[in-house]
Amino acid sequence: MKAEELLFRIFMFLSTLLIAVSLLLLIASILVKGLPAISWEMISQTPKGGYYFGKEGGILNAILGSLYLSIGATFLAFIISLPVALFINIHLVNRRKFVNAIRFFLDLLWGVPSIVYGAFGFTLMIYLGLRTSLLAGIITVTLFIIPIMVRGMDEVFKTVPKGLYESAMSLGSTKSEVAYTVFFRQCIPGIMTAILLSFGRAIGDAASVLFTTGYTDYLPTSLSQPTATLPLSIFFQLSSPIDEVKARAYASAVVLTVIVLVISIAVRYFTKRFQQHKISD
Amino acid sequence: MRFFDISRGLRDRFHFSWMTICLVVIMTLPFILFFGLLYKSTMILGSHSLVDLLFSSSWRPMKGEFGFLPFIISSIWVTVLSMLIAGPVCLLTSIHLTQYAKNYVLRIMHPVIDILAGIPSVIFGVWGILIVVPFVGNYLGPWLGKEVSGYSILAGAVVLSIMIIPFVLNILIEIFRTIPLELTEASLSVGATKWQTIKFVMLKRALPGIISAFGLGISRAFGETIAVLMVVGNVAKMPTGTFQPGYPLPALIANNYGEMLSIPQYDSALMLAALILFVVVLVFNFASRTVIMRYEKAS
Repeated sequence: MKAEELLFRIFMFLSTLLIAVSLLLLIASILVKGLPAISWEMISQTPKGGYYFGKEGGILNAILGSLYLSIGATFLAFIISLPVALFINIHLVNRRKFVNAIRFFLDLLWGVPSIVYGAFGFTLMIYLGLRTSLLAGIITVTLFIIPIMVRGMDEVFKTVPKGLYESAMSLGSTKSEVAYTVFFRQCIPGIMTAILLSFGRAIGDAASVLFTTGYTDYLPTSLSQPTATLPLSIFFQLSSPIDEVKARAYASAVVLTVIVLVISIAVRYFTKRFQQHKISD
Repeated sequence: MRFFDISRGLRDRFHFSWMTICLVVIMTLPFILFFGLLYKSTMILGSHSLVDLLFSSSWRPMKGEFGFLPFIISSIWVTVLSMLIAGPVCLLTSIHLTQYAKNYVLRIMHPVIDILAGIPSVIFGVWGILIVVPFVGNYLGPWLGKEVSGYSILAGAVVLSIMIIPFVLNILIEIFRTIPLELTEASLSVGATKWQTIKFVMLKRALPGIISAFGLGISRAFGETIAVLMVVGNVAKMPTGTFQPGYPLPALIANNYGEMLSIPQYDSALMLAALILFVVVLVFNFASRTVIMRYEKAS
């Protein structure tokens, strides 16, 4: 029995180590391959003629495109998600069963693969007579991140003690005032966390934008134009047989990884802030 | 004063309506998704029987033959294999983190899991091409006496397993945390060692939860697209072994979209593929979430 425990403890330790090492290896291999190829030119210029044969230019189109897309989608998703999360936690607070059903439903939606949203978004796009464009991408990605954002905010609002709700109501506030002034203000750092997590999802996903946003070498100037995105730029450059272009794919991967890491650090910061200001029962 | 009250009431009404509209929109979304995809796949379902589509292995879109079997089999191979790798690792790590680990290990591992969960799938794909594919092609393959390129079902499964680890691990940790303390204390107080308690009390109690966590992992792996697409080889043939290239369903959709617009049947077939993905993932999710919800209620 002792030996068995020891054996399993060794296995447990090793598998924990394995996970940590995988992450290190992942980030290290991307940095080692990508950092030598990265330059100011790469992140400040759009592709010039012959870029995909190793001539000069950069991936500014993809960086900006990804930012436009994710910011647009996160904003749209926020407009829809915040009211829903508040609604669940304030107006429906006494209907446990119904709320649980909604949560269950959202969890199901969360599990739907992004390629399904992509295929659906494409169909919707054709149906509405749109072409591959920034707008079509934003709509698809919005649908994709809404469940993530609602559930994130919901987890935050759940922690607000009932006493706060009751005292605000007893002072004569309407429910929407309680929602937007008390709950919202109280939970701002937590809401930021939910927004940032959704933003990270939006900027990193490739399958949902593959058919809806398209790809272009130019900076988008309107919502109806196709737009390049970082994940797709990595994907396309990596499938090139030319070494310089491949190196740039690694460099683009570094850019995307850094963006995601920054988001992750910001999430930790806001989570900490939220914990500090949390009111306990 | 009275006027003020009316405007407050109106504002409350307005917010209430907007909240209700948003909720209804979100709740109808999956139905719209389902019926949208179903509507688009009616054409292929009208000209081919579902059994033919699912169990035929000849994929020749230009000749109007749409057999999904090679893709379905590839998907199953990649998914099951990735879960076989990720499952034990997640289970062992979750026990380690909830029962044994010292504080400093937790302080390291929590950010590690969070960061791993946030890394975009295309980055996993790049990593797969840089590390996993050469490893399978140059070391593992020759070591087992096989001539392989490395772009294989195995490479796809390894990349996928790392991707789903943070996801499955978080659920497992949550499940182990919901096990009531009295239960373990009772076991310890009658003289069981810590290991016996874990093995006979905790694992037994958590078993349905563990299985459903794996179910969620499988559904996550089943729908993953770009990372798998980049390393799995994409050959539309029946896979015969883990070192062979495969062509999972999501990769099929991603690779052919846009090209198929000229052939309506092709378009419809790919939509059916998306529908299959959607339904399979929902079924797995539904079953797993139901079990997990019961845990949360019990605790």
